[in-house]
Amino acid sequence: MNSAALVLRYFSASLRSQLQYPGSAIMLGIGAFLTTIIDMLAAWALFDRFGQVQGWGLGHIAVFYGVVSTSFALTDFFTRGFDVFGNEFVKTGAFDRILLRPRSPALQLVGYEFRLSRFGRLAQALLVLFVGAAVVGVDWTPDKALLLVWTITGGVALFTGLLVLQASFAFWTTESLEVFNVLTYGGIQAAQFPLSLYAGWFRNFLIFVVPLGCVAYYPVLAILGQPDPLGAPDWWLPTAPAMGFLFLAISFLAWRLGIARYTSTGS
Amino acid sequence: MDSARPYLAAFSSRFLLMLQYRAAAIAGFATQCWWGGIKVMIYAAFFAAAPAAAAASPMSLTQVITYTWLAQALLALTPWSADPEVALSVRTGSVAYDRLRPVDTYSLWYVRGAAWMASRALPRAALMLLGAGLVLPLIGLSDWAWKPPPTLAAATAFAISLPLALALSSAFLMIVNIIVAATLTDRGINVLFNSLIIVFSGNLLPLALYPDWAQTALLMQPFAGMMDIPLRLYVGQLSGTDALLGLGLQVFWTTVLVLVGRLAMGRVMRRLEVQGG
Repeated sequence: MNSAALVLRYFSASLRSQLQYPGSAIMLGIGAFLTTIIDMLAAWALFDRFGQVQGWGLGHIAVFYGVVSTSFALTDFFTRGFDVFGNEFVKTGAFDRILLRPRSPALQLVGYEFRLSRFGRLAQALLVLFVGAAVVGVDWTPDKALLLVWTITGGVALFTGLLVLQASFAFWTTESLEVFNVLTYGGIQAAQFPLSLYAGWFRNFLIFVVPLGCVAYYPVLAILGQPDPLGAPDWWLPTAPAMGFLFLAISFLAWRLGIARYTSTGS
Repeated sequence: MDSARPYLAAFSSRFLLMLQYRAAAIAGFATQCWWGGIKVMIYAAFFAAAPAAAAASPMSLTQVITYTWLAQALLALTPWSADPEVALSVRTGSVAYDRLRPVDTYSLWYVRGAAWMASRALPRAALMLLGAGLVLPLIGLSDWAWKPPPTLAAATAFAISLPLALALSSAFLMIVNIIVAATLTDRGINVLFNSLIIVFSGNLLPLALYPDWAQTALLMQPFAGMMDIPLRLYVGQLSGTDALLGLGLQVFWTTVLVLVGRLAMGRVMRRLEVQGG
């Protein structure tokens, strides 16, 4: 069986097991939908009180947020295995079994679980994205739609990279490092506001270290048809999501290093 | 005094036990620095962008910044989830031991929960005070720092209000615990209450910054007393008779929640099925 077919087989098994408890799956999905709505609440209250900021309005924030949150929701469907890697695989020694199987460990971790409940987050993110785009008057031409898909793909690559990196650290720490939530959930929070609102050092962090700005701020500017107020060249705006793939590649280097030095906990 | 001894012992043993989790405290501190830092930068951008609205705002930027750091420092004082010990004891059946002890179960769980939250908050608050109160001014970022209370009256009001916030949070934690005891699971309830607490305790955004028409309702609801009221007292946004009103609201809601909790606990315990095995 080829890898794609194997992953599909994993996913359908996971889906079937979750649908054994349809009530629970639906409730978790609705819960995710409701809890993510509060993400936009603070931004709404601030704009309500202060009006526009540097020409940005709530509609713009909604598009930034929608893009990055959609990327994260899509990533969240298939990265559960990396998320719990430290506690469930390294600490318990279950990773030994994965290494014994004649398939790549990353593939098996992707197949660990397909999280149905994330449909709630995805639905909310897409809703916010398109309502926001309608508010600021985005005219959806085919090239803009294509750019959106490319942006979200870059975002998925970046978030997957973060999850892989989080799992790689577990080779050294033996535990899942929840500090990484700062970069995933916290990253959505940070990337929903335009980079021009931040101090210089933090902006650089979001461009060069964890390139969240490259999978939200820059390409969204291109979709909105606006030049960068900070002066990035026009050709860069639609190219920026490529940084997500670079980040993913570096994360997999760390992952390889980790596997090479892996010693079982023996339990 | 003798009758209080078992509860004091339960409080101090849980408090000292939880203080041992130093790595968790440091990880929590790192997380809260990140969130606090982002929020402070966003608020500063909004205040700078609209000078007229900023001047009319019920809180100045300095107050909002101090509020934000304090809210991050005291994050663990709000009842984020059911007490994991209670949830576990209900699931494994060891809740039966608690029922057999010659002490009042409600009070025992209450003090344990209070100790759990206080001990998680203390090291995080100390680190945050060090970071945002001391290091930031020292590296020349005093505009972004956690400032001391403006007046002695504000400091006094905060000193009274903080223990009340813990009392109120513990009373609410007991309601969550009782729901867990009744339903045997803590999953759904934690998710639901988390959202309520994030919004209505002022953690997401200082309550004073929500639209003016919502202000009265926001101050009156029980979650304000867990975080927002002590923080507003600290920065001096509530003073004079308003300060007394704030403290009164904390006492009122604590009383209500304790009464409701005791009533509900009695009912749940009468028909509690002990899980065995």
